[in-house]
Amino acid sequence: MEVLNSLLVGPLRDIVSAPVFFAEVVVGGLMAGVMYSMVALGFVLIFKASEVFNFAQGAMVLFAALTLVGFMERGVPVGLALLAAAAVMVALAVAIERVMLRPLVNQPPLTLLMATIGLTFFLEGFGQLLWGSNVKELDVGIPDRTFDVGGMLLNQFDLVAAAVAAVMVALLAVLAQKTTLGRALRAVADDHEAAMAVGVPLKTIWVTVWSAAGIVALVAGIMWGAKSGVQFSLSLIALKALPVLILGGPHLDSGRHRRRSHHRRGGKNRRSLLGAAGRGGHRELVRLRAGDGLSAI
Amino acid sequence: MWRNLKRLAVAILALSVLVAPALAQEEIFIPMLVYRTGPYAPNGIPAANGFRDYLRLLNARDGGINGVKITWEECETQYNTKLGVECYEKLKNKGPKGAALVNPYSTGITYQLIPRAPIDKVPIHSMGYGQTAAADGRVFAWAFNFPTTYWSQASAFIKYVGEQEGGMDKLKGKRIALVYHNSPYGKEPIPTLTVLAEQYGYDLQLLAVDHPGQEQKATWLQIRRYRPHWVFMWGWGVMNQVAIKEAAAIRYPMDRFIGVWWSGSESDVVPAGKDAIGYKAGNFHGVGTDFDVHRDILKYVYNGNLAEAKANNFGEVLYNRGLVNAMYDTEAIRTAMRKYGNRAVGGEEVRWGFENLHLTEDYLKQIGFGGFVRPIKITCEDHEGNGPVFIQQWTGETWKQVSDWITPMREVVRPMIEKAALEYAKENNITPRNCAAEQ
Repeated sequence: MEVLNSLLVGPLRDIVSAPVFFAEVVVGGLMAGVMYSMVALGFVLIFKASEVFNFAQGAMVLFAALTLVGFMERGVPVGLALLAAAAVMVALAVAIERVMLRPLVNQPPLTLLMATIGLTFFLEGFGQLLWGSNVKELDVGIPDRTFDVGGMLLNQFDLVAAAVAAVMVALLAVLAQKTTLGRALRAVADDHEAAMAVGVPLKTIWVTVWSAAGIVALVAGIMWGAKSGVQFSLSLIALKALPVLILGGPHLDSGRHRRRSHHRRGGKNRRSLLGAAGRGGHRELVRLRAGDGLSAI
Repeated sequence: MWRNLKRLAVAILALSVLVAPALAQEEIFIPMLVYRTGPYAPNGIPAANGFRDYLRLLNARDGGINGVKITWEECETQYNTKLGVECYEKLKNKGPKGAALVNPYSTGITYQLIPRAPIDKVPIHSMGYGQTAAADGRVFAWAFNFPTTYWSQASAFIKYVGEQEGGMDKLKGKRIALVYHNSPYGKEPIPTLTVLAEQYGYDLQLLAVDHPGQEQKATWLQIRRYRPHWVFMWGWGVMNQVAIKEAAAIRYPMDRFIGVWWSGSESDVVPAGKDAIGYKAGNFHGVGTDFDVHRDILKYVYNGNLAEAKANNFGEVLYNRGLVNAMYDTEAIRTAMRKYGNRAVGGEEVRWGFENLHLTEDYLKQIGFGGFVRPIKITCEDHEGNGPVFIQQWTGETWKQVSDWITPMREVVRPMIEKAALEYAKENNITPRNCAAEQ
C-alpha cells in the first residue's frame, strides 16, 4: 500500500502542491532532451544512408568542437573559425568515405558498425593529439542569463539551443522528405547495390551524408562545449543521446513511410534488385529511376 | 681494421654489461600512473606534470635523493580502474629493486591495489583520496593516505560552515546538500556528514550525479526546491564545471557552494567563466608560485623559461598537488635511507620510510616547501596525519585562500576510521598490528 501510495498518489500530490516546480521540471526535461537531440540527429543522418549505427558520432562532436576552439585559440575570428571547422568536417567526411566506407560497400551493417567503433578511437586520439587534452572554454556569444517567468527560471542558452535544434530538425526533415537527395538517402539505406544499379551515386551520397553529420556534430559540439567546456567528455554524450534516438526513432521521415520501410526491411539481405523492384518494394528506387535528376547530386 | 672494430664492439659490450647493473643499482624507480587522455585528462595532466617536475628538480639540483638518481615511467590509465591495475602490474617489478611505491591517482584503482600491496611489497600512497579507513595503519600497513582524508575534509567543511554561521550551535535546522559523483569516491564523505548531521542537527540531502556528469539539470532543480543554506560537492572532471554553471543558472550564491579538493582546480572554474566567481573549494597545500620550490623548478627544470613552465601548468592547483605528492614520496624514501643507507631502496624499506615520516616546519623550509604545506608526522597507527585543510575561493583569475587552516574533527573522524578499519580486517582475515610492540 505504501509503495502504491508513493508511486501513484505521492507524485500527484506533489504536482498539485507545487505546480510551478512541476512545470519547471517538465520544461527542464524538455530542454535537456533538446540538447541530446542535437547529437541524436547525427546518428539519424548516418543511419538514413547506411542503416548503420554510427558509433563515432560522439567522437565527431568532440573533434568538431576541438577543431573550432583550436582555430579560435589561434586568433581566427568566430565566423571564420566556424567555416574552417565546417570545412574540416567535410574533409573528414571525404576521408571517411575513401578510406573506411568505400572498401566496405555491401558489407553487413555489423561490419560497418565495427568500422565506426574504430573511427571513434581514431578521432578521439587524433583530436587530442592535434589540439590537446586540456579543457577549453568556448564562447561564441550565445547569451546565458536566467530570467523569471511565472516563478520558473528559464535560461536564455537553453532557449537558443531549443531554437537551433528545431531549425536543424526542420532542415533535415525537409532534406529527407522534399529533396531528391532525401529520396536517394532512403534508396541507399534500403539497398546499396540496388541503389547503385539505378544510378544513385553511392560515394557522393555517403560523402554528403557524413558531411552533414559532421556539421550537425559541429553544432552539437558548440552547444555542449559552450555549456561544459570543450573536453573529452563530449564524446561520451553520444551514448546518453541513445535513449533520445530510441524514443524518436532513427528516421526523419513520416510514420507512414517508416511502417513501409519496416515492412520492406524484413527480407532486405536476401533481396535482389529485380526481386525488390518486382515486388514494388523499392518505391524510392523506382521513382529515382523515373528521372529525378540524380546525376545532379 | 675489421678485427679492431670487432674488439671495440666486444669491449663496449663487456663494459656495458659490467657497468649498467652497477649504475642501475643506484637508481630508485617510481612508477607513474597518469591520465593524460580521456574524460579526466584536464585534471590528470597538471598533476602528472607537477609530480614529474619535482622528480626532475631533485635529479637536476641534488643528483637525486641523497645522491641516488630517480627514474620513473609513465603509464596511461585514462582514470580507468582496469587500465590502472594493468599499469601497476606492468611497472611493479621495474627498476633494480622494483617499484619503490605507487600513487594510484584514483580511488577505484586504490581499492584494487590495497589487497595486492602486502603481497607485492609496494607501499601505496593515495594522497587525499582512496579508502579513508586506510588511515588506520594497524590494519592497512601498506596504504597511506596522508596528509588528510575525505572524512577529515568533510568534518572541516562543517567546522567552516559553523564558523560562517556564527557558531556550531547555529547549524541546527540548517539545510546542507551534498552533490556527489556517483562512485566510491563521491560517496566517501556521506558517513561523516551523516554522523555530524545527527550531532549538530542540520538536515542533509544527498544528490548523486552519474558519470561523467554533463547533465545535472534535474539535480539543480531539486536544489532549487530544497533551498539549502550550503551546498557541498564531491565532483570530478566535467561534473564540476557543469555544476558551477547550473548553480549559477538557478542563482545559487557561489560563496555558499564548496567543492572537495578535487573540485577546486583551474580546469573546474575557467570553463564556467564569470559564473564561477566566488565559488569555494577545500585545499591542503599552497596556491600559486610564490614558494621556494617553484623558484627552483623554474631555474633548474625550465632554465628560467616561464612560458614553457606555464605551458606545463606551472603553479596551477593540481600541478602544485603533484609537486606536494612527489615531495611526500621522495621524503619517505629519504627517511628510509636514514635507516638503510644512501642507496636504492625497495618497497619494504620505503614503507618503513612512510611510517616514520616526520616533516617539521623548519625542514619544510629547507626543502623549499615553507608555508606551502603544514608539518606532518606519520606513525604506525596513523597513516593520515590529520593534516588540516583550508578553504580557497575563485576570484575570476586566481584561487585565493580565504580561511585559516582548519583542523578536522579528529574526535569524530578517528573512531569512525578505526571502526571501518576493524570491519575491513574482519572481512579480510587481517590481524591488526600491535604498534606498541613494533616500536
